[in-house]
Amino acid sequence: MSSPTTTAEAPTAPTARRGRRAGGGLGRYILVRFALIIPTVWILMTVVFFLMRITGDPITAALGGRLTPDQLAERRAAAGYDRPLLVQYLDYLGSVLRGDFGTTYTDNTPVATVLATYGAATAELVVYSVIVALVVGVPLGMVAARFRDRWPDAVLRVGAILGYATPVFFVGLLLKLVFSVQLGWLPVAGRISSRGELTMGRITNPSPSYLLDAIRLGDGGLIVDVLTHAVLPAVALGLLTGGIFLRLVRTNLIGTLEMPYVDSARSRGVSEVRLATRHALRPALIPIVTVMGMQIAMMLGGAVLTETTFEWKGLGYMLAQYMQARDYVAVQGIVMMLAVIVAVSNFIVDVIAALIDPRVRY
Amino acid sequence: MSAAAPHSTPSGGADGTRYAADGTRSAVDGARLEAGARPEADASAARLSIRDLGITFATDGGDVRAVDGVSLDVDPGRILAIVGESGSGKSVTARSILGLLPETATQSGAVLVSGTDVVGLSGARLRAVRGEDVSMVFQEPSSALNPVFPIWWQMGEGLRAHDPKITRKQIRAKAVESLRAVGIPDPEERIDRFPDEFSGGQKQRIMIAMALSLGAELIVADEPTTALDVTVQAEILELLRDVRDRFGTSIIVITHNMGVVADLADEVAVMYAGRIIERADVRELFAHPREEYTRKLLGAVPHLGGDSAWTALSTAEQEAIEAAEPVVVAKDLVIEYPGRLGRPAFRAVHGVDLMIRQGEVYGLVGESGSGKTTIGRTIAGLEKATSGSLRVLGHEMIGISERAFKPVRREIGFVFQDPATSFNPHLTIEECIAEPLVVHERGMSARDRTARVRSLLESVELPGDYARRFPHELSGGQRQRVSLARALVLNPTLLIADEPTSALDVSVQATVLELFRQLQAELGFAALFISHDLAVVDSLAHRIGVLYRGELVESGHGPDVLHRPTHDYTRRLIASLPVPDPVEQAERRRVFQKNWGDRVD
Amino acid sequence: MTVSNPLPPGEESLAQDMELEAEGALVAQDAQAPWFARLPLVSHLRRSVGLQRAMLVVGLALTAALLLTALLAPIIAPYSFSATSADGQDFGTQLPLGSPGHLLGTTVSGFDVLSRVIWGTRTAVAVMACAVVASLFIGVLLGLVSGYVGGWLDRILVMLADAVYAFPSLLLAIVMSIVISGGQSSAWGGILAAAISITVVFVPQYFRVIRAEVVRLKAEPFVEAAKVVGTGHGRIMGTHLLRNATRTLPLIFTLNSSEAILTLAALGFLGFGIEPTSAAEWGYDLNRAMSDATSGIWWTGLFPGLAIVLSVLGVTLVGESINDLNDPRLRTRRPARRRSGSVTAATAATSATAAASSPAAKEARA
Repeated sequence: MSSPTTTAEAPTAPTARRGRRAGGGLGRYILVRFALIIPTVWILMTVVFFLMRITGDPITAALGGRLTPDQLAERRAAAGYDRPLLVQYLDYLGSVLRGDFGTTYTDNTPVATVLATYGAATAELVVYSVIVALVVGVPLGMVAARFRDRWPDAVLRVGAILGYATPVFFVGLLLKLVFSVQLGWLPVAGRISSRGELTMGRITNPSPSYLLDAIRLGDGGLIVDVLTHAVLPAVALGLLTGGIFLRLVRTNLIGTLEMPYVDSARSRGVSEVRLATRHALRPALIPIVTVMGMQIAMMLGGAVLTETTFEWKGLGYMLAQYMQARDYVAVQGIVMMLAVIVAVSNFIVDVIAALIDPRVRY
Repeated sequence: MSAAAPHSTPSGGADGTRYAADGTRSAVDGARLEAGARPEADASAARLSIRDLGITFATDGGDVRAVDGVSLDVDPGRILAIVGESGSGKSVTARSILGLLPETATQSGAVLVSGTDVVGLSGARLRAVRGEDVSMVFQEPSSALNPVFPIWWQMGEGLRAHDPKITRKQIRAKAVESLRAVGIPDPEERIDRFPDEFSGGQKQRIMIAMALSLGAELIVADEPTTALDVTVQAEILELLRDVRDRFGTSIIVITHNMGVVADLADEVAVMYAGRIIERADVRELFAHPREEYTRKLLGAVPHLGGDSAWTALSTAEQEAIEAAEPVVVAKDLVIEYPGRLGRPAFRAVHGVDLMIRQGEVYGLVGESGSGKTTIGRTIAGLEKATSGSLRVLGHEMIGISERAFKPVRREIGFVFQDPATSFNPHLTIEECIAEPLVVHERGMSARDRTARVRSLLESVELPGDYARRFPHELSGGQRQRVSLARALVLNPTLLIADEPTSALDVSVQATVLELFRQLQAELGFAALFISHDLAVVDSLAHRIGVLYRGELVESGHGPDVLHRPTHDYTRRLIASLPVPDPVEQAERRRVFQKNWGDRVD
Repeated sequence: MTVSNPLPPGEESLAQDMELEAEGALVAQDAQAPWFARLPLVSHLRRSVGLQRAMLVVGLALTAALLLTALLAPIIAPYSFSATSADGQDFGTQLPLGSPGHLLGTTVSGFDVLSRVIWGTRTAVAVMACAVVASLFIGVLLGLVSGYVGGWLDRILVMLADAVYAFPSLLLAIVMSIVISGGQSSAWGGILAAAISITVVFVPQYFRVIRAEVVRLKAEPFVEAAKVVGTGHGRIMGTHLLRNATRTLPLIFTLNSSEAILTLAALGFLGFGIEPTSAAEWGYDLNRAMSDATSGIWWTGLFPGLAIVLSVLGVTLVGESINDLNDPRLRTRRPARRRSGSVTAATAATSATAAASSPAAKEARA
């Protein structure tokens, strides 16, 4: 037989396996998986830091040309950019450990504050889009798997490919053209109308979410205002991810529908619908959840484009603004924060996947 | 069906006579009787009646007729074995009974399950038959159970399908009941566990329990013991027989194993190329096979103790082997696999001593997890030995470097188990066989290599023009011959064969084994022959070693091991191997039952 | 059907065997075909039917159109990508659809939309080619070595690749483009910057796929057979592993090509692409068209957008079809009843034919 570490001659005595579910296995898995976040973030941090410093320091990038060489050197010395790279790197690591991701040059705000101010908007957008993606992708993926190779499947697959092939900003443009410009149903851009913003200003301790605040104010018009602004961005970003979810569900469900245990349940009289929705779906969920988690992280990338398209003032929008202003401390800071968020969300997803799968491995 | 045939198995009295015999089980029996209560008229009719069944598959290469004009009857409480080699259509026939054929199949004829024709049946009416009238036990118990649901839930799915109003509590009670009936210990606690937490044999018991819980009067078992070790196989066969005796269940068992047939079946149908070519009572079939194919099939089955390789040698030959130089010497050999992430290392082999002499065939027998493959791989330098001593062709393997071992490699040939994956699909047969020459005989001209390949193909009895073919164009048996050719291309001193015939059909296995025997006699290489099948090993090996959980519990010449085993495990192994003779097997089973009958896995 | 008694293969190894078996079947099938029919796309086309064939054909047509347009851009395009005037006369800005001399109108900066769309194919194809080829070589090499050698090197590379892979690729591409070009550039500078940014994102993908295949194949008996014989590492990697591990490459190749186009467009859209005077780039044009949209000028955005969609669609369709055709589970089961069977049917049937006709039966009779 093949590799002994995988299958060949491991003991199969039930005693060897007993009690693993009781706690040790899962707890251990979560611990190990959690510990893995640290190297992931550290690697990204290091890679991004050194890459961005290869080309020079942020001050020269932001202000070079506008200052005399002497002034520039003075500013660089003041910020510590004249020290050896390694010292700067350790210094950077130290401040990140204290939660300090740097201060932007253009508006002199700590990156952490930028995140606190605009993070909620992005989170809101991602949540809406995930809902759209789940609602579109999962049921349609199940339909495609069920009617595999027949016309519903063909239509859905081509639709999913089309969704993948269309850049989110182009979808945004088309949606705007149709629903805002032509039909005038929905607002063109932004998170809220200017009138709504005034109303919102009345709230004493605003929460990061416009929707929550609107609900707190109990202002029906405001709630509608906030929601209508969210429709197009959420659909633009959600459809893209929905297409990916659809394919994901379809492929994995087709895979598990052919497993012997499905045939085995079928041989006991279980109905086809139940086979697809329970017996095949649950095992298929394990890879689906893992990849979905990864996709949600990837949505942060798509959010940059969506937010720019719809002038949705979130992290992605700000990132694009700072990029245009060549404020690379801000860019680096935001990218690093996002890296942490991605790593943590991947961890959560892996734990969920492990909870679904009784065969916790590791 | 020859209904007049008397019940011949000693344990199988008339239906129902054993119901009250076992006090602890009577509660279950009662419940089962209630659930399975049917009109009197039904019970006397055939449980299954197949009439002129034809099944055709649409494939890339056009229509393929997999089953052709098959007719069968199974009476209540009878066990029918359908036996045949791969491609005979036996599994397809079995699946058609439950309407489990893929969409590309078209059927003709009739399959009457308790009077209902399932051919052309679909939807709710087909589902009503599935599980309740006929249930299926699959070959791979590990993949036939859903890994992410607890056992009771999976059992409940079948129950719920036939009785939507059943409560969770009833399901759990029923699950406990049926698990107890198949001998799973602590069923109350274990119904909440997941399939992964049971051994292979227990999983197969659970599959049978599922069939019982639905009250199926007919169980179709497709190679139910093929994936299991022989000792576990014996227990599962015993369980199936017990189920029949207690509940009057009819069983169709699909198998390629003549031992299983002899052990379990009342009647046998032999299938070949989609047709039933012979059908008879089991004793009749083994004693007087009518068809040429049946005779050949029976002849190809190695019979335990039938032809020992050691007794076949002349005294002079025996003495010559006994006096020959050792090729492999293991002393207190320990092999461990390092544990991952701080887990303790897994010790696959514990302190094994063995010696293989020049020209001797050493047969290593054991079940899965016994460490037999590990030992073979370590001798070939594919794994590292941990401690003790292992000398291969004069080289100590503990701590040897690849560079130092490389010249030794030309003296070792290796034949792998699976003919499907033993060859690089992108290389021709010639390139495959010539690979060792390319590595070790750098000066050899291309023409000489071709000539050598041709002569080897000849000696493994394959046509020379196969050299230009790709592995996939050859059958499994042919590929194993090529594998043998590749192993022998450098005239090695030692050949290691790891289950070389276990993936092959019986008749093919016989020819490959015969070829191996001839070549060994001719070329005189020493060999380590690894197998799970004691009968195969005995027919080939001069000396037999029995491995159990990483320890060599027994070793000696064939007749000594088979007739005077010293270790209890060896005795159990010998007793649990079914022999292809129903009369002898009935007696063996009685012995097995007496000594090991109360064991569960 | 005749799987042996001992060592029941786990699900994984069962699936593996099937893959290898399928690979062998394709090799054997192709062996009888003339050489041109063995070429990747041609052999796929021969094997395809029904919807899969339609997808493949449409994909191939769109991709061919993309490549041809890129090749013939100077001939087809009415103007240069950077022209705002011809014969000393300015085009005028935001001309509507169907204006004389400007079939698709002009942009807010006075570029001819049709010309920019046509010239844009060149940029897209150039970035695609550079990025995919570079990441292919680096990724395959690293994956092969890492998977084969194993140990610490493997662990470190896997961790690195996983970290990069888990990160939103666009953000990484942004960082890379800042590093490489400082965010603005000439034609080739911009193309290379985009290509390298994309390469950094793609290398981990190739690495993961190839490494996984190598790790799987390394345990296969045919590789062990080579080890037992004493075959050198180079030969094992080259002859045995690489040739069998590259089966999935056409798929990633096409998927990455389409992703390269999308990433390039996204960078351009964010203003990190190529200057409009250096080369035509659809993402940049779309960026400029966003403000047009609010005033109802739709043609400046629609056509570059459609160009992106059609290019990506073509390449993706090719990739999808190849994937289906290579995967035995996806390929064999099609509704076309005359031509195909399900997996179980196919196996049952092949063994049936094997028994009835060819080698196995001969053997049985021998």
